Amino acid sequence: MGLLLGGIVPWTPATVYAEVVKPQIPPARGEQCVEPVEIMRRDHFDFMKHDRDKMVHQGVRAIRHSLAGCIDCHASKDAQGQFIPINAEDQFCQSCHVYAAVTMDCFTCHAAVPAPALSQSP
Amino acid sequence: MPESEHSNGTPLRRSFFAKAGAGVALLALAPGVRLVELAMARLDDEPVSDEHRWGLWVDSSRCASGCDACVSACNEEHGLSGMDRPETDAQWIRKVDLRDDTTGRELSLPLMCQHCEEPPCVDVCPTGASFRREDGIVLVDKHICIGCRYCMMACPFHARSFIHEDLSDQKTHSPRGKGTVESCTLCVHRVDEGRMPACVEACNNAGHEALVFGDLNDKEGRLARTLAQKESDELRPDLKLNTAVRYSGV
Repeated sequence: MGLLLGGIVPWTPATVYAEVVKPQIPPARGEQCVEPVEIMRRDHFDFMKHDRDKMVHQGVRAIRHSLAGCIDCHASKDAQGQFIPINAEDQFCQSCHVYAAVTMDCFTCHAAVPAPALSQSP
Repeated sequence: MPESEHSNGTPLRRSFFAKAGAGVALLALAPGVRLVELAMARLDDEPVSDEHRWGLWVDSSRCASGCDACVSACNEEHGLSGMDRPETDAQWIRKVDLRDDTTGRELSLPLMCQHCEEPPCVDVCPTGASFRREDGIVLVDKHICIGCRYCMMACPFHARSFIHEDLSDQKTHSPRGKGTVESCTLCVHRVDEGRMPACVEACNNAGHEALVFGDLNDKEGRLARTLAQKESDELRPDLKLNTAVRYSGV
């Protein structure tokens, strides 16, 4: 028994860890995020939730932490120059949330690609 | 977002100035449109207030039977693509044709959320998802809507729709999704930029000018001046909802 455990215990974690690949996060446009990266990794949803309530209920449009803002910088383009949905496999939001085993609801309602330029009509 | 908007403090100012610039251009295009000027008075980072109450005037004598420019514009603006199931497809604005059987008089008018001052949808909402913004626009916060549809039953104008199916390709300015209720937002994303709702713009472009958008509180504005002079009614005045949409000739 001792021999068996001795054989298995050091072996198992090494195998498990080796299979978990850290997310490969696609590069973003722009030089700097709205907050330092380590803060955004932990608190981005709190920021967004706070600002979304201000936006939806009070009409404050100039919010610092908006989902649309994330998408504007972090959505990647494919070979044809078309934006790839940010929640597609291996894209910015999805790659990390798969790693963290978190399901996102955002994109059942929200656009997952940047908005086209504002229409010119008044 | 351009990279320059990342640094501290600049995003707010930049987006305000960018929009202020657009506002100036609009003023040049349409002198006399006080709406633009007024909306620009609010900074992007300030909450809306009851200083304004946005409303609509529908002149049914100018609304053409058979024209659905406002409906198409709304569908286009908000990405309300139909599933070809008329009974359940989302509909934020619809054309209603009326006929007086005795006299034979016919009229056509658009019907949408009336943005009531005392909205029954808000009264019945169990979660606070249905709410009225300070400036009078009645909205659904879909983050907290549980899809119970009490508001749909409470609305005397049948103005609200429920989304039954998964959606894709939503517009950035108009998030919509399965399991929530939605209705006319008075194009709140445009109003906040000092622009007019898509239906009003489409009606003007179609040459009918049956819809006038403006601030009911601005006594010098076109909407308030028109309503002060012309006879107009709210729909279902018996309910004392004080709607922000007023109709003439109904």
